[in-house]
Amino acid sequence: MSTSSTPARPSATPPAGPGTPLDRSVPLLEVRGLEVSFRTAVGEVQAVRGADLTVYPGQAVAIVGESGSGKSTTAHAIIDLLPGTGRVTGGSIRFGGRELVGLGRKDVERLRGAQIGLVPQDPMSNLNPVWRVGTQVDEALRANGFTGSRADRSRRVAELLAEAGLPDAGRRAKQYPHEFSGGMRQRALIAIGLASRPQLLIADEPTSALDVTVQRQILDHLEGLTQDLGTAVLLITHDLGLAAERAEHLVVMYRGQVVESGPARQILADPQHPYTRRLVSSAPSLASRRIQVAHERGAAPATTARAGAAGSSATTAVGAADLLAHHAGEAEATPREAIVVAEHLTKVFPLRGGGRGASDFMAVDDVSFSLARGRTLALVGESGSGKSTAANMVLGLLEPTSGTVRFDGQDVAALDRRQQFAFRRRIQPVFQNPYGSLDPQYSVYRSLEEPLRLHKVGTPKEREGRIRELLDMVALPASTMRRFPNELSGGQRQRVAVARALALSPEVIVLDEAVSALDVLVQAQVLELLAGLQEELGLAYLFITHDLAVVRQIADAVVVMRQGKVVEHASTDEVFDSPREQYTRDLLAAIPGGGLEAEAVRG
Amino acid sequence: MRWYIGRRLLQVVPVFLGATLLLYALVFLRPGDPVAALGGERGLPEAVQEQIRAEFNLDQPFLVQYLLYLKGIFTLDFGVTFAGRDVLEVIAQALPVTFQLALMALLIEAVLGVGFGLLAGLRKGGVFDSTVLVLSLLVIAVPTFVIGFVLQIVVGVNLGWLPVTAGRDPDVVSLLMPAVVLAATSFAYVLRLTRTSVQENLSADFVRTARAKGLSRGQVTTRHVLRNSLIPVVTFLGADLGALMGGAIVTEGIFNIRGVGGTLYDAITRGENATVVSLTTVLVLVYIVANLVVDLLYAALDPRIRYA
Amino acid sequence: MPETPHTAGPAATAGPARAPRTPRPGQEHVARAADGGGLGAVDAVSTTDAPAGFWREAWRGMRRRPLFWVSGAIIVLVLLVAALPDLFSATDPRSCVLANALDGPTGGHPFGFDRQGCDIFSRTMHGARASVTVGVLTTALVVVVGTLVGALAGYFGGWADTILSRVTDIFFAIPLVLAAIVIMSISRDRTALTVALVLASFGWTNIARITRGTVMSVKTNEFVTAARSLGMGRTAILFRHVLPNAAAPIIVYATVALGTFIVAEATLSFLGIGLPPSTVSWGGDISQAQGAIRTNPEILFYPAGALALTVLGFIMMGDVVRDALDPKARTR
Repeated sequence: MSTSSTPARPSATPPAGPGTPLDRSVPLLEVRGLEVSFRTAVGEVQAVRGADLTVYPGQAVAIVGESGSGKSTTAHAIIDLLPGTGRVTGGSIRFGGRELVGLGRKDVERLRGAQIGLVPQDPMSNLNPVWRVGTQVDEALRANGFTGSRADRSRRVAELLAEAGLPDAGRRAKQYPHEFSGGMRQRALIAIGLASRPQLLIADEPTSALDVTVQRQILDHLEGLTQDLGTAVLLITHDLGLAAERAEHLVVMYRGQVVESGPARQILADPQHPYTRRLVSSAPSLASRRIQVAHERGAAPATTARAGAAGSSATTAVGAADLLAHHAGEAEATPREAIVVAEHLTKVFPLRGGGRGASDFMAVDDVSFSLARGRTLALVGESGSGKSTAANMVLGLLEPTSGTVRFDGQDVAALDRRQQFAFRRRIQPVFQNPYGSLDPQYSVYRSLEEPLRLHKVGTPKEREGRIRELLDMVALPASTMRRFPNELSGGQRQRVAVARALALSPEVIVLDEAVSALDVLVQAQVLELLAGLQEELGLAYLFITHDLAVVRQIADAVVVMRQGKVVEHASTDEVFDSPREQYTRDLLAAIPGGGLEAEAVRG
Repeated sequence: MRWYIGRRLLQVVPVFLGATLLLYALVFLRPGDPVAALGGERGLPEAVQEQIRAEFNLDQPFLVQYLLYLKGIFTLDFGVTFAGRDVLEVIAQALPVTFQLALMALLIEAVLGVGFGLLAGLRKGGVFDSTVLVLSLLVIAVPTFVIGFVLQIVVGVNLGWLPVTAGRDPDVVSLLMPAVVLAATSFAYVLRLTRTSVQENLSADFVRTARAKGLSRGQVTTRHVLRNSLIPVVTFLGADLGALMGGAIVTEGIFNIRGVGGTLYDAITRGENATVVSLTTVLVLVYIVANLVVDLLYAALDPRIRYA
Repeated sequence: MPETPHTAGPAATAGPARAPRTPRPGQEHVARAADGGGLGAVDAVSTTDAPAGFWREAWRGMRRRPLFWVSGAIIVLVLLVAALPDLFSATDPRSCVLANALDGPTGGHPFGFDRQGCDIFSRTMHGARASVTVGVLTTALVVVVGTLVGALAGYFGGWADTILSRVTDIFFAIPLVLAAIVIMSISRDRTALTVALVLASFGWTNIARITRGTVMSVKTNEFVTAARSLGMGRTAILFRHVLPNAAAPIIVYATVALGTFIVAEATLSFLGIGLPPSTVSWGGDISQAQGAIRTNPEILFYPAGALALTVLGFIMMGDVVRDALDPKARTR
């Protein structure tokens, strides 16, 4: 393949594999009855059980599933890159008519990169930090038989990077990965994956680690590029909305099995398996879209949305339905008294380093908002927007450079020690990382008792009663109190964190990306729980998130932030129906599934 | 990068001053009067003692002595021994042998440690890995001087392959066995460090990406696994040069080498404060410079550091 | 494997741009039949297993390793010999008869006699106490000082960090054996305590560096911020949340360091500046054996072997503990 003269934009003619004329009616990839297992301390664990999968040349297929569903394992089995002790124990993988299971190392090495490319999940860890980006693209060329002079190669590297959408590619190729942003790194990884024009590109959650607006750009670019090149794409994702939008054929995996597969629209419209139905009703992107569709039609929202959730089992019927009904009720209520008021909040961090010209960093720049009792205010923004810094100032954990936070009329910065201690009882946080928010050495009981003991609430006996009550509130059995965090799943830890926040009966809870790290169904469950608690206890939520789709389901009002400034501050309906700012529109457009027709999500 | 070097150089100053002050204080606080002890049983006449004290600044307060000593270091004037020999001359005689010995040991531990560590790391859990791991523990557990004796008997006496002792003006061959002995413990640490590092990198995402590109196993191993695993190893090796020179005292004793160790030991027992302080200062300097070099090397190996 | 082919869907009409009107072979809409207990409640808490905290889990992991039992047995044996040497050897290690010098093993004297005619077995047994005392004392001192310095530097940062880190660098810059030689040559009484003090005064730097790094990473955890938002004081957080979570690497290092301090003590005794000859110690005996090494290597073998076995016990235990406490190692 002498492609050194290929222009930056690839030609429409699909490059054929070495010697193989592409017949588009013959499957490129056929996985049948795939079994993968891992050897662990407790024995063999089956990660994939009898998975079937078919991909035609030039076609986009998506595997959808939650963590632990076996979707990534299936993908890695195809190019023989199973981690650790994993191995294929049964079934067949045919690629271009050739059996890949049991293929020798040399043959697999020849196949990788040249015929099957990979775009991995986390751009931060997938480029080697010690080599220049260009060198790493060059490796992909040379490993797959690209012969040419040094100059030829560096020209081709620049072309590939430019083609992946990296501006100023020639100069960028000489930089190291740490000089790249996440989006730029992902573009470099796309350039590497497509460097030798494979017939199949496996994209493993290619944008999950990126900001939402960047996600959309990169997915659009990847789609255009693979279409032009005629490359088939196997997309691995946890987001059903995204999968349905990007692929024509879906494969839904659950606990190592393919539970349902078929044309994307058909699965969305008519899910058969109970799991798929749950997924369809819970996926935030779809739920958000559904609410929006219902809203635009002016139909009674609750009934329309409930139809979507009808098929799901009662325990998890999340709901957009219930949540929306909740909102509808709220809307009629009279405006409530504000409990948290932030006025002209500004936070400047002095930047060290660089020697001369050290400048200050405005993390939060003149931000004002107010949160009413019993309501939910969402602070939405991408990384670096200052939303978490603002939240920490509201919590009184960070001193504002200027501006004030008033809690129930009192300036938080002006509180003396004793008053501040009392203030702590009234506002509590729940953080993002379910693995970092609980002390791993504390049992659930000790974690929940700590706030009570610190604030000298009750006798030991009363405290135990309160802990039982708290666990009940977050729908965990009382026996959970004897458990340690490492025995709980991410969703359970997050529920314990919510219980800890509730221990002192606060009036405000700051939810800092509190559901972002959770799987779709668990996320829906926690959101539902939060909505219930709000109703029951009259809590106010300051909901910090990057995900507008979730905002649609839970918030009454939205503050959109960007680079420390407030871009837009309005009610949720206003923001979704008539966004005033371009940035808000970009964020809205970035919610996956926005391109799906209304019919497809109505179910 | 310039900022990084500047900061590192600035950090060296307090460490150097602190370490020399500490050593100086330790030596200065030694009990007894070395001058009074000169001249054997009868002792020197009081006037002569006074003269010697004045000459060596021993009549000055401690801090003044230290500052005069510091001034001496910067003018390369380390003073003279009681016997009238220039300390610089003593150092010049002792240092090269020890330096050669330490460098040979460093080379041995680097090459063998990284080599074995890489092989063990690539075959995690295999027979080779387990054997090497147990052997490395044994090497750490057996004191250097015991290893020295055993090698002396087996390789030197019984097999007669290498000279038993090095003696004066040793060549590379006669230094080989002492270097192996000196390197032994560090070799085990380098091996284990490399092994752990290789194992960690083997499961790194960027290694999987490299394999997914179609690179051969050899290319992945050298360009991605080994290259990245060297970063912590180089740091260890740099810090180890100073430790090797300081620790050579035992090895030099066993193999009868007149290096820094032997000279220092004699100086301590004779109360030659000027020599003790000067030699230890040189060792500390070697240590600090070695660490500085490593930090710069580190920046060359890991581009992320340059901008930190 | 029951599968229900499904073709009668209402949405087959709304096809996307890239899709053909009807699914291609192998891509028909199929759903696996919902198997009875397959789905279950979302995210239910397991109520069957016994609860397992961090340390209990680590203990479970260690128990499975044969190496743990081997090294544990060695350590227990060594500690027992060190505490009660007379239990193992009735002979007085200091009553030596020159006439017996370098005699081979006889009844009641399984290891024979050394150059002074002392019973080697008895000396090997009694030598354990010196080594173990120095090792344990030094480790205890090093852990206290190193953890304190490292925790203060890492937790409070700023000037405290700058100053403490420089002090650590200064002590780190002076090789341990070198410093020990200089100090030991000036100290008048040389007991296990003085040796331990000397070794500890230059041996604490590694623990300080390890603790500093761990504390710095632990304090960024969200449970620390959560404790702050509960109104807990900084010092209370350090002791209740940060230090317990920074303990694992300190314990691992301390276990291995105990072994290396025993080696360091032996080295000093070997050089003649450690414990005085009146104290029975392995290092001293090895030094004594040096003179007869070419003719009677076995008198070197016993004290050296005992020393190596002891150190091996501790560093092997360190390895086991590291594997058990390292969460990265545990997931695999």
